[in-house]
Amino acid sequence: MRRIGVFVCHCGSNIAATVDVKKVVEMALKEQGVVHAEDYPYMCSEAGQVKIAEAIKEHKLEGIVVCSCSPRMHEATFRKCAERNGLNPYLVEIANIREHCSWIHKDMAEATEKAVILMRAAVAKVHLNAPLQAGESAVTKKALVIGGGIAGIQTAIDIADAGYKVDIVEKEPSIGGRMSQLDKTFPTLDCSACILTPKMVEAAAHENITIHTWSEVEKVSGFVGNFTVDIRKKARYVNMDKCTGCGVCQEKCPSKKPLNEFNRGLNTRSAIYTPFAQAIPNVPVIDANACIKLNTGKCGICEKFCQVGAIDYTQKDEIITEQYGAIVVATGFDTIKLDKYGEYAYNESKDVITSLELERIMNAAGPTKGHLERLSDGKAPKEIVFIQCVGSRCSDDRGKPYCSKICCMYTAKHAMLIRDKYPDTNVTVFYIDVRTPGKNFDEFYRRAVEDYGVNYVKGQVGKVAPQPDGSLMVHGVDLLENKQIVKKADMVVLATAIEPNPDVRKIATMLTASIDTNNFLTEAHPKLRPVESPTAGVFLSGVCQGPKDIPETVAQAGAAAVKVIGLLAKDKLKTNPCTAKADELRCNGCSQCANVCPYGAISYETKQVNDHGIREDRRIAVVNSALCQGCGACTVTCPSGAMDLQGFSNRQIIAEVDAICR
Amino acid sequence: MPVTENWKPKIVAFCCNWCSYAGADLAGSSRLAYPADVKIIKVPCSCRVNPMFILRAFEKGADGVILCGCHPGDCHYSTGNYYARRRMTLLFSMLDYLGVEEGRTRVEWVSAAEGVKFSETMNSFVEKVRALGPNVRLGDLRCKN
Repeated sequence: MRRIGVFVCHCGSNIAATVDVKKVVEMALKEQGVVHAEDYPYMCSEAGQVKIAEAIKEHKLEGIVVCSCSPRMHEATFRKCAERNGLNPYLVEIANIREHCSWIHKDMAEATEKAVILMRAAVAKVHLNAPLQAGESAVTKKALVIGGGIAGIQTAIDIADAGYKVDIVEKEPSIGGRMSQLDKTFPTLDCSACILTPKMVEAAAHENITIHTWSEVEKVSGFVGNFTVDIRKKARYVNMDKCTGCGVCQEKCPSKKPLNEFNRGLNTRSAIYTPFAQAIPNVPVIDANACIKLNTGKCGICEKFCQVGAIDYTQKDEIITEQYGAIVVATGFDTIKLDKYGEYAYNESKDVITSLELERIMNAAGPTKGHLERLSDGKAPKEIVFIQCVGSRCSDDRGKPYCSKICCMYTAKHAMLIRDKYPDTNVTVFYIDVRTPGKNFDEFYRRAVEDYGVNYVKGQVGKVAPQPDGSLMVHGVDLLENKQIVKKADMVVLATAIEPNPDVRKIATMLTASIDTNNFLTEAHPKLRPVESPTAGVFLSGVCQGPKDIPETVAQAGAAAVKVIGLLAKDKLKTNPCTAKADELRCNGCSQCANVCPYGAISYETKQVNDHGIREDRRIAVVNSALCQGCGACTVTCPSGAMDLQGFSNRQIIAEVDAICR
Repeated sequence: MPVTENWKPKIVAFCCNWCSYAGADLAGSSRLAYPADVKIIKVPCSCRVNPMFILRAFEKGADGVILCGCHPGDCHYSTGNYYARRRMTLLFSMLDYLGVEEGRTRVEWVSAAEGVKFSETMNSFVEKVRALGPNVRLGDLRCKN
């Protein structure tokens, strides 16, 4: 029988207000093997940990149960405390009596009864805990950044500046991401390209950064410190070493039909193209679907005009395999599809556009060379209506339940820029709320209203009706005046909700990083570990984690880089000792466990076993503890019950079940 | 077994460490109440739950057992929840055949972000088990110690 100590935390009043902690202590002392139990206002505090340390020594404790908050919060704290005081850290169990008890139950008697049962289950388990030793694994001192937008670029530069190698994988032909599509940025109105392109150049020129554009992550295996990643380098059909980026091929290309993705499909591009003038690398790609040569075998004009012979129609996709110690996801966002919002006539009228399309129209390198004009007839609009929250803060399944965060500010920016450049154009903004928390944000919005005369109307738009004369009738409501509004407009701009890049789900699955219901990647802790994924070695940068603007993205990118640097700075990492282990006497070498293991951690060896005095050679499962991640799939599939999971053994779990059902 | 007014079901909830346990934590920090009858056991993955554990719970007097894991496709270990889903489908149909009614067992996918879903799931599960009353079928086999 182990000597167990039970420590009950009040968590101030978080636990003590609904759980009678004294009663839990009293009941703990009645449990088998419990030789010491006490309560304290804050067990995690220095003084609380001293109490645990003293009790370990005084009562010669061989196991500890802390009844406190979730193990996700302080399990590591109490394990370290035990380790410092000579007790194996895996002889500590947490009974979660805060998140799973005091915070959700109001009735004191009921909550106390439950807390006692949770304490009992933890005591029953800790009796069976084995003292485990964490192994060690080496760290590959190189990071992978998935996504080459501002988030990925900033993360890569920060990691590279600290002296570590970084690879950026970007699926588009150039790095730059969404920020490269923007015209001006709020609230300073500086030109997006002017502040982004130097960063792009810095990343490209950095000796520690390698950029793989037109590439995608294909497969990820391994674990923190030791990831192996297959990267598909898509056929570019242009030799990157030879190309000088002169651009003649793009001028001469006779295939001009494909929609220009960079300009959000508002105009077309050639089949051989670079997405924008400042692209990095400044090497075009051939769009295999649109290229005449690749589809019919005839043409070859770009090859003829290329003076350096860089065109290579025989190129094939290439898979490269690289090793990394850490992976940063910076996959960014896209705007939602508006198919479910028929009332705004987005698919019917060319003059109903999204805000990102307006960015391209206002941009000097955009489809209209920066002139504000209607895409239907090229006329300058005199009356523009902006509609906010299109798909954001939506309670039905057409849109997203969250606030996209950036729309209020960029709409104010658009309105201000239009009023500044075209003073005779009227601008009306329909909004639900104007949300401007941020440095100089509200001042910016007020300038739009007070100095630039933008007409803000609190209310939603029910319908945009295209008229035969080419104008648009906007049917809305003014909630403050409590009246219906019908407004004739020349152009309607929809502040379309943003959503995580559609590829993120595929990438998260490869990384076994969790994702929430809106496809945003989940943080390890929403407040205290916001740039780490729950999967060790995987970090989050930018909008893939949640909506944010450029400064927040850059800040988070830096934070993610710091976490990566902290990881890569270590020579060895402690591995999780809660791995599977086969009982040699019970294993019959049937291979079922190896079939279900997602990590290929199980192999078979012929070993001599001593089965009740009979020595014989048997084929026995052997678990590679460096590869095993401790899921336990093998333990259940094993027909002879030979496989067990350390830290979550059959006996431990059954002891918990028994204690709960007692 | 006579159902008294004060009868409270014993419910064991197995939650995977990565999604559902965190979902339960979120339900807690968001103060989303569910009955105290539910007691959570943390497992690394839903695939760690051996059907034996569930039989053991019923044998020892549990009135309902629920298993929560990551959504299909989102398993931290890639494939664990697929195994759990298959095993439980088989086990639950067998238990139903044995007389442990379908409503006493459940598999639910709850992500780390779904505190609301966790609380709603537990509320509806407990309600269902309460309506079914005490579990007597495997309880008959209960070891008398």
